[in-house]
Order: sequence, then structure tokens, then C-alpha cells
Amino acid sequence: MASRTGKIGAITAACGVGLLIIGSLGFLLPHADMSRVATADFAALRFTLLQAALSAAASCLLAIPLARALFRTQFWGRAALIRLISAPFILPSLAAVMGLLAVFGRGGVLNDTLAAVGAPQMSIFGLGGVVLAHVFLNLPLATRMLLNGWGSVPTERFRLAQSLSFGRREMFVHLEWPMLRAPLPSIFAVIFLVCLTSFSVALILGGGPRATTVELGIYQSLRFEFDLSRAANLALMQTAICLLAVAFMAAVWRPAGFGAGLDRRVQLRGVWWDGPVIALAALFFALPLVAIAARGLAGLMDLPNGFWMAAGRSIFVAVTSAFLAVWAALMLAMARARGAGIWAELAAMLPLGTSSLALGVGAFLALRPVMPPQNAALTLAILFNAALALPFVYRLLLPACREVQAGYARLMTTLRMPYWAMLRVVFVPRLAPIIGFGLGLSAAMAVGDFGVIALFGAADQPTLPILAARLMGAYQMQAAASVTLWLILIAFALFWLFDHLGGRDAGA
Amino acid sequence: MLVLNHMKLSLGSFSLTADFSINAGARVAVMGPSGAGKSSLLLAIAGFIAPTSGRILWGEQDLTPLDPSQRPVSILFQDQNLFPHLTLLQNVVLGLTAGRRGTAAQLAQAEAALAQVGLAGFGGRKPAQVSGGQMGRAALARVLLQARPILLLDEPFSALDSYLRQQMLDLVVQVAAQTGATVLIVTHDARDAEMFASHVINVDHGVAQPPRST
Repeated sequence: MASRTGKIGAITAACGVGLLIIGSLGFLLPHADMSRVATADFAALRFTLLQAALSAAASCLLAIPLARALFRTQFWGRAALIRLISAPFILPSLAAVMGLLAVFGRGGVLNDTLAAVGAPQMSIFGLGGVVLAHVFLNLPLATRMLLNGWGSVPTERFRLAQSLSFGRREMFVHLEWPMLRAPLPSIFAVIFLVCLTSFSVALILGGGPRATTVELGIYQSLRFEFDLSRAANLALMQTAICLLAVAFMAAVWRPAGFGAGLDRRVQLRGVWWDGPVIALAALFFALPLVAIAARGLAGLMDLPNGFWMAAGRSIFVAVTSAFLAVWAALMLAMARARGAGIWAELAAMLPLGTSSLALGVGAFLALRPVMPPQNAALTLAILFNAALALPFVYRLLLPACREVQAGYARLMTTLRMPYWAMLRVVFVPRLAPIIGFGLGLSAAMAVGDFGVIALFGAADQPTLPILAARLMGAYQMQAAASVTLWLILIAFALFWLFDHLGGRDAGA
Repeated sequence: MLVLNHMKLSLGSFSLTADFSINAGARVAVMGPSGAGKSSLLLAIAGFIAPTSGRILWGEQDLTPLDPSQRPVSILFQDQNLFPHLTLLQNVVLGLTAGRRGTAAQLAQAEAALAQVGLAGFGGRKPAQVSGGQMGRAALARVLLQARPILLLDEPFSALDSYLRQQMLDLVVQVAAQTGATVLIVTHDARDAEMFASHVINVDHGVAQPPRST
């Protein structure tokens, strides 16, 4: 009985995702014409893969010392700092790029300093800038995921290690390495994927024949060239590389194998370099934010027409799609942890096999005969953002669901809990911090979404990122910075709210 | 009467047979070397391991095809008997509610059960804030409320010292007397078995011997 109720939720979620993704992609096929794939398309492919690999590797390598330092160091403001360091991942990428330009760009803080000491200038455009921006945006994800990994090692295990007088080396071999080995390859794969499909970064920092990504190519061919068959070609190419990357991820994925612990707090001794590592990271993450704030603060209350409507639209899209994503992820992760077949996993991972612009082209082609596509822009933004967040939230939830299942399945059974009681009494409270984090993450990702809506060009229904981009395009830089600052504030507020709600129930 | 009728368990190279009955209300110690299959015997009765052949009966009722949640069995495991995120009171009231919100009457019952196991006033604490013995007591309080005819204890007190274990066993006797439960407890300690049990089952060399009285 219990398992049937659970299955209905999971099957509903799986069918919804399947219909949305496969439905959209299906409409690409009649328009694609592989004989027209040109040299420029292969250059885009090569650049896309190169920048994604470099960005993912750099993010993983930097995340290890940072997460470790944060885990074992206790200091005043640590919680606030972890939130700050989480900031760039939830930062709308458009805003991140603006901030990075202010620090690393021409006339930015760094180049002014270099010029002052007579050193050569550095350019933020091209491969280097794209990788820098992707590390800025994804290092926090890697760090946070590793930090969760450290946190998931039962306290008893650390106490045991301490009581056995483990040195730093033994600690690494017996506790840290087994813990790192499980998530690192998947973190690499996740970031690789994120960078394959990232759009705003390439739009602003890339471009030209040597630094155009496939995603950017899709946008240009639909918006500027209105070349539907090239757009469909590139969308299928994007889907193909995403699918390959997902296959790679499936191959390297290994779940962590720690038992359930008793939620006691652990205290570990730090190392001298923990402090400098944390300080350096804080600086790297804070400077661009400070730079935007400096630019946008003056006009914060001097808002352009239609601002509040745009803000309302953005928040509505963000919150709706976040709840949709987390609901679907929880249904599927719980079902999977409780023994559902691989179908639950495939459904949750399906959106990874494509990108928001590839889906957008499919939806555009599907809707065009029936209605003006831009009329469906907001609805599609909600659905696509929920779908694109689903794999990440699912991945966050699954190990924790497995742990709950491994630790408490028998107890739940012997207490004769029906499905919804397991959900309410055990899974949701045990997973509350991760659910909150997942809600915050998906809401923040969606609020800054620049993909589908930009592609459709819904002129009369702008969201905040569209409004900011439009102001930038009209060279109203002050107003653009203010709108961007508001966008950042709203993204952070949403993330903080959800993450905080989740974290508060977690105390034992 | 709990009947194990030509029951056989197989897990890889491990196998265990049992063919005997236990009178209702008996207190049975299950003894034998590590890895002999004491826990497996209990898990089979609780329904977490399916026998490869034979049947398990409670009186006239065939338990073999039933899910663990449908069996007249409460069980305490070696650990993970309490949810760490719930208070002791919330944990105990789960014995009555199967996960629904407890009514005022049910909460009062849970308070009373906590008081009976010597945990009056501890209802608001979380498992991490109490000792191992107190966790064991809270789990027993829940068993008291579950009031199922068969109580299986898979060494839930093995981590406690012999004095505390003795207290817990006394409490188990009380709980069993109150609920009329038939108790099977896995133990390593012959003295515990002697003081607590009316019968002993020896598990060794792939066979669970019929109970003999102490």
C-alpha cells in the first residue's frame, strides 16, 4: 500500500519531465539538416568542450582546500561566510559577469592596479575570461557539495579517528579520501555540464569565431539570422554533447557509503593555511559583488518603468519553478532510494541531456504554428527552469534519501508508517536542510534565468534579467546596474529564505 | 504459540534451519557464537528476511506471506531505534500513531510510558542529548505502547555495561508482563540469559535448536 502511493507521485513526476523534454526535442528533428553543418559549428563545439573541461577541473581542485578549511575551522561569522561563498552559484550569471568585468575588465580594479605598477594589462574576453567566470560561478557549488560530504560523515567516525590518534595522513586515507572519492567525479561532471550549457557568460565574455559556444550559436541563429534549420542543428549538437557528458557522469558516479550518525557536532583541529585559504576565497567572491553594489547603489531607488512588474514576474517564475523542481526531485529520489527501478533516475537526469536554449528552440518550433511563441514565454520559463534544476536537486537529495532509507527503513516498517507519514515524519525533517538548499538554489537559478525568455523575446513581459539587458543595450548603464543589483538582492533573499527555513529544523 | 515449521534461511553460503515452537508468553534467550545466525532468526520472524522454505506461524495465522509491517511483531535493532531529529516523546508516540500527529490522549499515554521506564521529564530531549541507556529505555517505552504479541530484541543493550543491561532486562520483563508479549532476545551473556529467560535457544552450525527451559 505504502509503496503504491509513493510510486504514483514518482511516476507523475517522471511522465511530466519526459513529456516536456522529449516533446520539445522531438520538434527539432523535422527542421534539422545535417548537410548544412559548417566549420563555424565545429569551432563552436571545440570551444564549448575546452572551456567546460578547464572550468570543471579548476573548480574541483580549488574546492578541496576551501571546503576542508571551512569544515574544520570554527570562527565568528563562519555561517555568514559559507553563505557568501555560496553566493556566486546563485548569483544570476548576468550579474556575475557584470561584477567580474568591474574587477578584471578593462578599466577594472585589477587592471588599474597593474597599470599603476607598470605591468601588462590582462583581458577578460575569450577563453580565459569564460573559464574565470565559470570558476567564479561554480566553485561555490563544488565547495558546498564537498562541505555537505564532510558534514555527512557521522560524527562518531571523526571521534573514533581522534580517539585512535589518527594523524593528518590517516585521517585523509580513512575518512577524507573515501568521502571525497565518491562525490568528486560527479562534481566535475556536473560543473562540466553546467559550463556546456551556460549562456550569459559566453554571450558577454565570449563571441567571435574563436570564442563562441554552441549555446550562443543557437541564440544568434534564431534571434539574428532567423535560420531555423541552423538553430535546430546546433540544438541537436548541444543535446548530443550533453548526453555524452551525462553518460560520462553516469559512468563515474559513486554514492557515498557512510552509515547514519547521531547528529552531534564535531570539533576538528585546523591547520595554519586554513585562514589564508578562506580569506583569499572571500576576497575573490566578495570583490565583484562589492563592485556591482558600488555601481548600482546610487540609482537603487530611481527605477525604470515597469520595474516592479518585471520583479513580480521574476519572483513568480522563481518560486513556482523551485517548488515544482523540489517536489519532483523528492518524489523521484525517495522512490529510487526505496527500490524503484532505474527509470526514476533516468527521468530525474533527463533534463541534463539538453540545454535551455535547445529546449527553447524545440518549443519555439512546436508553438509557432499554433500561437505566437512569446505568449508562452513565462509558462515555459517556469517549466524549463524547474526541469533544468531537477537533476541538481535530485542529486543533492538522493544520497541523503539513501542514508535515511539505509538507517531507518526497518524502523519505519516496524512502526507501520504509511507513505505520507514516512514523508512527513522522517524524510522531510531528515532532509530539511537539503530541501531548503534545493529550493533556494532552484529559485535563485530561475530568478536570473536569461535563456528561454531572451530567446523568445517576450517584449511586453520582461523579467528582471531581460530588463537589465535591455537597459544595457540602450547604454543606460546606471539604471542597468541598479536593476542588476535588485536582481541580486532578490536572488539572495529567495535563497537565504529557503536555505534558512530548511536549516532551522535540522537541529538535533 | 509461535511456530517455526521446517523453516530454512539461506543467504549465500550461510544457512539456518529451525523447526520448533515457542509458547505464548515465554521469555526466550537466543544464544550462540557470532555469525551463527541469531540476528537472522529474529529478522526472519520479523519478516525482513524471507525463508527459502518452511513457514512461520503465530497460532493459526501464517506469517510467512506477510510484510514486516503486517506482522504482530515489534523489534528493537542493535542501533537506530530512535529518529535523531525527533524528541523522545515524539519517538515514543510513534508506537501509537503510525506517523500521524498524536492526539492529546496519545501524547499523555506516551508521557506515561516514558515515566514508566524512568524517563519522566525527558520527553522534550533529542536522542543525542541522552545516554545510551536512556535511548534504550525510550525505545522500550515505545514497544510498551505498540503492545504487539511478539517482541524481538536484537542485542539492543549490548553496548551497555552489565549493571545497566540488568536494569534494562528487568524493564523488558515488566513490559512483557504488561503486554503479555512473547519475547525473544539475542544475548551473549549466559548470566543475562539465566536471570531473564524461561527458555534458551542455541544457534550453532546452521541449526537453531528447539528451546529448552532454564
